[in-house]
Formats: sequence, structure tokens, C-alpha cells
Amino acid sequence: MIFGRLTWDAFPWHEPIVVATFGAVVLGGVAMVAALTYFRLWGYLWKEWFTSVDHKKIGIMYMVLGLVMFLRGFADAIMMRLQQAMAFNGSEGYLNAHHYDQIFTAHGVIMIFFVAMPFITGLMNYIVPLQIGARDVSFPFLNNFSFWMTTGGAILVMASLFVGEFAQTGWLAYPPLSGIDYSPATGVDYYIWALQVAGVGTTLSGINLIATIIKMRAPGMSLMKMPVFTWTSLCANVLIVASFPILTATLVLLSLDRYAGTNFFTNDFGGNPMMYVNLIWIWGHPEVYILILPLFGVFSEVTSTFSNKRLFGYTSMVYATCCIMVLSYLVWLHHFFTMGSGASVNSFFGITTMIISIPTGAKLFNWLFTMYRGRVRFELPMMWTVAFMLTFTIGGMTGVLLAVPPADFVLHNSLFLIAHFHNVIIGGVLFGLFAAINYWWPKAFGFRLNQFWGHVSFWCWNIGFWLAFGPLYAMGLMGVTRRMRVFDDPTLQPFFIVAAIGAAIIAAGIGAMLVQFAVSIWKRDELRDGTGDPWNGRTLEWATSSPPPEYNFAFTPVVYDGDTWADMKKNGYERPVSGFQPIHMPSSTGAGVILAALATLCGFSLIWYIWWLAALSFGGIVAVAIGHTFNYKRDFYIPADVVTRTEEARTRALAAGV
Amino acid sequence: MSSATASTDTRSYHLAEEPHLHEGHSTMLGFWMYLMSDCLIFAILFATYAVLGGNYAGGPGPKDLFDLPLVAVNTAMLLFSSITYGFAMLAMEKNRVGATQGWLFVTLLFGAAFLSIELYEFAHLIHEGAGPQRSAFLSAFFTLVGTHGLHVTFGSIWLVTLMVQVARKGLIAANKRRLMCLSMFWHFLDVIWIGVFTFVYLMGVLR
Amino acid sequence: MSDAVHSYGHGHGHDDEHHDEGAHGTMGSYMIGFGLSVILTAIPFWLVMGNVLDNPRLTGFVIMAFAAVQVVVHMIYFLHMNTRVEGGWSFMAMMLTIVLVVITLSGSMWVMYHLNANMMPHAEMDMGPTQEMRTMQNMSEMP
Repeated sequence: MIFGRLTWDAFPWHEPIVVATFGAVVLGGVAMVAALTYFRLWGYLWKEWFTSVDHKKIGIMYMVLGLVMFLRGFADAIMMRLQQAMAFNGSEGYLNAHHYDQIFTAHGVIMIFFVAMPFITGLMNYIVPLQIGARDVSFPFLNNFSFWMTTGGAILVMASLFVGEFAQTGWLAYPPLSGIDYSPATGVDYYIWALQVAGVGTTLSGINLIATIIKMRAPGMSLMKMPVFTWTSLCANVLIVASFPILTATLVLLSLDRYAGTNFFTNDFGGNPMMYVNLIWIWGHPEVYILILPLFGVFSEVTSTFSNKRLFGYTSMVYATCCIMVLSYLVWLHHFFTMGSGASVNSFFGITTMIISIPTGAKLFNWLFTMYRGRVRFELPMMWTVAFMLTFTIGGMTGVLLAVPPADFVLHNSLFLIAHFHNVIIGGVLFGLFAAINYWWPKAFGFRLNQFWGHVSFWCWNIGFWLAFGPLYAMGLMGVTRRMRVFDDPTLQPFFIVAAIGAAIIAAGIGAMLVQFAVSIWKRDELRDGTGDPWNGRTLEWATSSPPPEYNFAFTPVVYDGDTWADMKKNGYERPVSGFQPIHMPSSTGAGVILAALATLCGFSLIWYIWWLAALSFGGIVAVAIGHTFNYKRDFYIPADVVTRTEEARTRALAAGV
Repeated sequence: MSSATASTDTRSYHLAEEPHLHEGHSTMLGFWMYLMSDCLIFAILFATYAVLGGNYAGGPGPKDLFDLPLVAVNTAMLLFSSITYGFAMLAMEKNRVGATQGWLFVTLLFGAAFLSIELYEFAHLIHEGAGPQRSAFLSAFFTLVGTHGLHVTFGSIWLVTLMVQVARKGLIAANKRRLMCLSMFWHFLDVIWIGVFTFVYLMGVLR
Repeated sequence: MSDAVHSYGHGHGHDDEHHDEGAHGTMGSYMIGFGLSVILTAIPFWLVMGNVLDNPRLTGFVIMAFAAVQVVVHMIYFLHMNTRVEGGWSFMAMMLTIVLVVITLSGSMWVMYHLNANMMPHAEMDMGPTQEMRTMQNMSEMP
């Protein structure tokens, strides 16, 4: 009664791999807690980071969350590659079905929702206000709350590893398998509540960034003078607000089936599981465009900066982005051509899917034309961008192949599909993130990243990626199905071994990136950049110091042209050195952390059927939320002399030419 | 201060007076966008009702269950609550705290009437064996109409909270903004109800 | 550019005295909206409850049209929707939402109709092999 269905059996005593993992996590966790306590950092962390409503700090926290979850998601990938390389000639591998099915489900859920989404949200949060000359986002408290809700969802997913189990349904949890009859245990419930909690955060963050971009642009920055990254962020956030409610509603229907015995997606009493597939992909397709659009913006910024040239075809870039945004709602059925809707429906969606590749092609040509006759500097961000162009284009082409319904009938749910989407996600989203991290790290932290380890990481990723996924393309064309744990056909094993080697090389690439971070932090004084503009950047974020002061800009800039910072430098802009005013800023608050903690607790209680705790925590959320609205005083002023001192320090740094 | 008059350019990169975005500058737009996202949630529930609403699983259908006169009364309650909220807004614009509170309270009463009638209707259906588990049609019906009712419930809690806050701090700018957000929310719920009574109740009986 | 400069920070009112924080109505506009809504609600109920048109399909179309009109009435008179609110962004957001709602609703209904027709088991119980073959032939001729 008190603990619902939570019993001692919920802990994975009988699974040595999980027990070992748990042990490692506990040891690592204890070590971290001990270190934080020893260095007396709890107060600092709470005051300066966890309760901060500063978009820059929140952006960095998102990136840290994404990185941590990336390591977990990649561990799942390594485990799958190992299993699939081993499980031939009578061997069952080292993972039983119960475990394996959770791994491929968790891998997908984590990578999409808790790696890619936090990474892009972190990027947009950090960079967009700086690019539009603003001091923060429209709703700073909501921003903090959104971050903690995303973290709460991640906590639920991680908890499923040690308490209970995760879903074994694949990352989209199709019924009837995900219904209560076929998945009676906690797995699908962890899935649902992790996504619902994180989904609230994502949707609110979407609203926040749209309002910011619409309302808080510096004077003179009309829409067509915004940086392209801001444009793609705007479109991505419109997609977020316009698609996540669909996921929310669909998961509510699934949870009603599981908790209340309704019949939306059941096999009987009039339910229709195909409706779930239809609804979830109406969300799912815009989702992948949410993931890629911000990175398209990154590529635009990087290409023009490192070609020392204005972006070619700015207007067509904007239109292409908006076209992609709208068209992404007209293609969703291509994810289930084989479910049986027939030729007329399939043809319509096949055609729209092919059409949507056109604006992306236009963007690619614009990037190429930007590079043409530019003085291209192949720094790491630019290298990642070129790697993206090559890799993503091939992935896109395999997508167009899949868009042809008769071809898809052969290739649906084969390894070809797996290779395709990893091709575009890794080539597009991940390479874009690496470009962005290398590009904007100096801005965020005041020192550059070590080049050598960056190069090691780059080459490991590029070689590793093709070794890991090339064989999957071939096997997919030969007819091999996805999500297989054991294989009958021994001729496939060499392919899987090559893929496993590829995964190991990618692992080396990830390791090299972590080393790059560590070495750079250790040697940060040698890598210091005092100018705030190490790349000869073109947009407003490069006008600030590195890292920017809390208030971003001492005076709100007036904008005359696109590529605003380049325009200012060209016209002899001189930084003001006196006359600073007090600056109005939003106050930190712990309410976001508390609300998200209550939401996570509520989710956990619902998963385990601890009804009293669910009711209590839900009531707590309502009470705290209402209580928070009684606090009307949420702002403060940075005194003029603090601003003056900060700006004077910058003047000295710039003069020293560090 | 503006930049120095560098070179031959007389551009000023900063305004003479630092522009200041007033408190709550984004609230109305942000809330409107939240409402649009809420609209999409209802769209999914309507789509589900459209697709599954004919699956009676051998059980009762709309003709057997829907009490149109009661629905008409309920619709009236909600419509009246919308107009009384409108009166509250008119009073708010004239800074008349008492009148605002009075009309808000009347709105609350109409909202409570709406919810009571709806709860009665649900209880009756469940009693008749036509609960949400009986068929996909009924699952869709209860979820769509119930979600709308949940929104009205939360709106009512919000309304009470605002009445307390107006009583404490008066019609300051922040409270006015909040009342205007609730206004949008409340009218939006009436718009959704137009969809509900048309597509669920009236069309259901026509099927 | 000067428009953008000028409008920054001078949005629709920023203090208690300023009237134009968002659009708002007048007693007259609220009463018109209310009156229209009453009529646009009463007539559909009357048409259905009284079986006035004696034609379910026609009645269905008529009440849907009335619903659409009443939604517009609510938007204009209660929600004060016009193309100028928030610099036109509210209107654009609403239009995009409407487009997406239409796509979601019509798309789902179209797709699910076809899926149901092709994939759901038939109601008839014992279908002999000949009948089933004929049904399959018919299905393959479907669009």
C-alpha cells in the first residue's frame, strides 16, 4: 500500500551487468558528492548555477546534461554492437532479450530526448539572446524551470536502470506492445512519465525562445537582419510549440489505456493501435526537423565566418527554413508506408517527402556558394561543417530513396533505415554540435579548445562513423531487420564485426573529445582569448567579452545591418568606456528546482502506483506554483559602478592584447 | 552614451536613452502561444474522437446516451461565464476593484455550475454502464470532454487565486496582465466548447 | 529601421495608466458577441433536437458552418483578435495553428479511413474461401 508495487524485487539483483553498473555509479556518485562537500561547493552550485535564471548559465547546464546522457546513450550503443557482433553460430551473445530490448529502447529515447534536445536547447539558450542584443530571454524563471524539468525526465530514465526496468518497445513505444496487457511492468510507465515531464520543459522553452526572438531584438534588428542561427532557432522553436503538444496528448491517451482501462489503442472494444502510430509520427517527423534546423543555422554562421564572407543567399536561406518548417507537417506517413494505407495515401506522402528535400538542397548550395571565392580557414568548426556537408548529403539521399514507397516496402525497419537516420543525425546534428561547441566554446569560457585533440576526435568520428554504418547500409539492402539480438546467417558476422570496430573508433573519438575538454581546461591560461572575438566573427555575440558579463551588453546596441558585428567593425565602431547605467536584471530563484523535483517525484509515484505520494506531490506542484505567483518582486538592478568596473576590466584586457 | 564620432561615420550605435523593455512585455504573446499549443492538444483529442468515435464495440452510442437539453443548459452556463468575465475586464479597465471582483465571482459561479452539470452527466453515464472503459467511442468522449472540464477546473482555481491577489495588491499592472491572460484562457475554453457541442453532441446524435 | 528602433520598448503600453495593453473590448462589442453567440448556439440545437431539416447530412453541414462562424465571433468579440495585436504575430500564430489543426484532423481522418478499410478485420464472421478471395480482389482494385 505505502510503496505501491515497489518491492525489493524491483532492484536488479539477478543481472550482474546492471549490478556492476550500479556499483560504478554509486562509487562515482559518492566520490563526486564527497568532492563537492570537501571543496564546499554546494552553496556555490546552488546560488550561482542551479537557481540561476541567466540564459548563459542555463545554456551551459543543458550542455552538461546532454554530455552526461550522451555517454549513457553511447554505452547502450557499444553494448548493442558487441552483442550483434557475437551472436552467431549458436551463441546467444551476452545479453538476454529482456535486457537487450531495454537497451535499444533506452538508446533511442536517450539520444533523441536527453542528448540531442538538451544540446540544441542549450545552444539556442546561450547564443540567441546574445545574437539579438538582448540581456536574457523573455521568461527567465520559465527558462530555469524548463531546464530542471528536462533533467527530471533524465533522472527518471536513469532511475529505471536500477529500480524496476525500462520499456522494451523501441523508442516510440507502439501499442499493443506498449499497452498494459503486453507490458504490465514499469518499463513503459518510466518511458511515459520521463517524456511527459521533459516535454513540459521543452514546450515552455519553445514558447520562451519564440517570444524572445519576436520581442527582444535590439533596435534596428528587423527580422531580415537577424543572424541565420536566430532564424533557424525561431523556426525550430515554432516546430517545438507546434508539435510537442501532440506527443503530450498521445502519451496521455496511452497512459489512460494503461492506468484507466480505456480503449484507444487496444486490440478490442473498438481500439485502434494504428491511430497511435499515426499520431506519434505527426509529432515525430517535425521532431527530427527540430533537431536539425538549429544546426543548419550553426553551419551558416560557421561557413560565413570562416570564409570571411557574407552568407550567400540570406533571403533564400530564410525562405528555405520556413518552407522546411511548414512542409515537415506534410510527410509523417512515410514512417509507416508499410502499415497498409494503400497506394493513393502512400503516393501523396512519398511525393511530399521528396519535395521537402529540395529546400535543404538549396541551403547546401548556399553554403557552397558562400565558400566559393572566400578565404576559407579550416579551423575545427569549419572542418566539422565540411564533414557535415559530405556525410549529411549521403544520408539525405538515402532518405530520398526511402521516400519511394515501393523501395520502402523492402527497406522499412531494415538496417538500411538505421543507417539512414544515424547518417543524418550523426552527420547533421552531432557534427553540427561539435562544430558549434568548437566555435562558441571560447565565447562561453574565455579560452579556446586544444586543437590537437580536436583533430584526433574529428578523424576518429569520420572514420569510425563510416565503418560503423557502412556495413549496415549493405546489410539493410540484403534484407537484414533492425533490433535483432541473435542471427542465423553466419555470413553477416563480418559486417557486424566491422561495425563494432567502427563503434570502437567512435568511442576513441568521444574519448579524444573529453580529453580535449580536460586538456583545454587544464591549459586554459595558454589558450586564453581576451579579445572576445577569436574567429573574426560577424554576429553580435562576438561583440561581448569572453565570457560575456552577466548583463551581456552594457548598452543595448543599435543595429544597422545584418552580420551586425562585421558591419560595426567595418564602420569603425568604438566601444563605449564611460557613462554606464544601472542595469535591470531578473533575480535567481529556487522555485524551478523545487517544482521540477516535485514533478519528478510525481512521475516516479505514478510509475510505481504509489497513489498517495502521486496525489501529494501533484498537490505540492500546484501549491508551490501558486505560492510562487505571490512573489511579485523578481528583479534587481546591477549598480552602475559594478558595470563600470566590469567594463573597465575589459578595456584593460583589450588593451593588453591578450 | 553613444559611440565617439569615429571616422566620417555619424552613426550612433547606442540610443541616447537606454531603451527599457517594460515588465511583462512578452507575457501576452507568450500566453497566446501557450494557448495555441493547448489548441493542438485538443486537436489531437478531436482527431481521436473523429477516428474512434464510431467504435461502439456493441455498446451504447451517442443517440442512447446524450441528453441534449442538459448540454444546452451547460453550454449556456459557459457562455454566460464568458460574458461575465468580459464584464469583469471592462470593470478592470476602469480600475474598479469591487466591480471586477464581483463579476469574477459570478464567473466562478457559472463555471462551477458548468462543472457540476458535467460531473453529474459523467456520473450518470458511468452508472448506466457507459463509462470510459466500455468502448473506444466512450474513451474518446470522456477524454475530450473531460480534458475540457479539467481546463475549466484549473481556470477556476486560477480565478480564485487572482481574486485573492487582486484583493491583496489591487489592480496593479502585474495583476491586470494576469487577469488578461485568464481572460484569453477562459474565452478559449468557450471556443473549444463550441467544437465539443457541435462535433460530439450534436453530430453524435445526427450520425 | 527607424520603425524597429522606435517600437523597441514602446510596445503596447507599459504602465498602469496606458490603456492599450493588448486589445480590449467595449460593453457594446461584448454584447454583440454575446448576442451572436446565443443565436449561433440556439439555432444548431434547435435544428438537431427538432429534426427540422429532416436530413442528417445537410444538418451536419449547417451546424458545422454555424460552429465555424461562432468561433470567428468569439475570436473577434471576446478574444479581440485582429491583425494588429502584438504586431500581427498573434494573428500569424493563430493562422499557423489553424493550418496545423486542419492538417492533423483531415490527415488523420484520411489516413485512418484507408488503414481501417485495408487492414481491419471484417465484421462478417465465417467467410468462405471464395468470398474472401473476391473481397481481396475488390480491395486490390481500391484506390
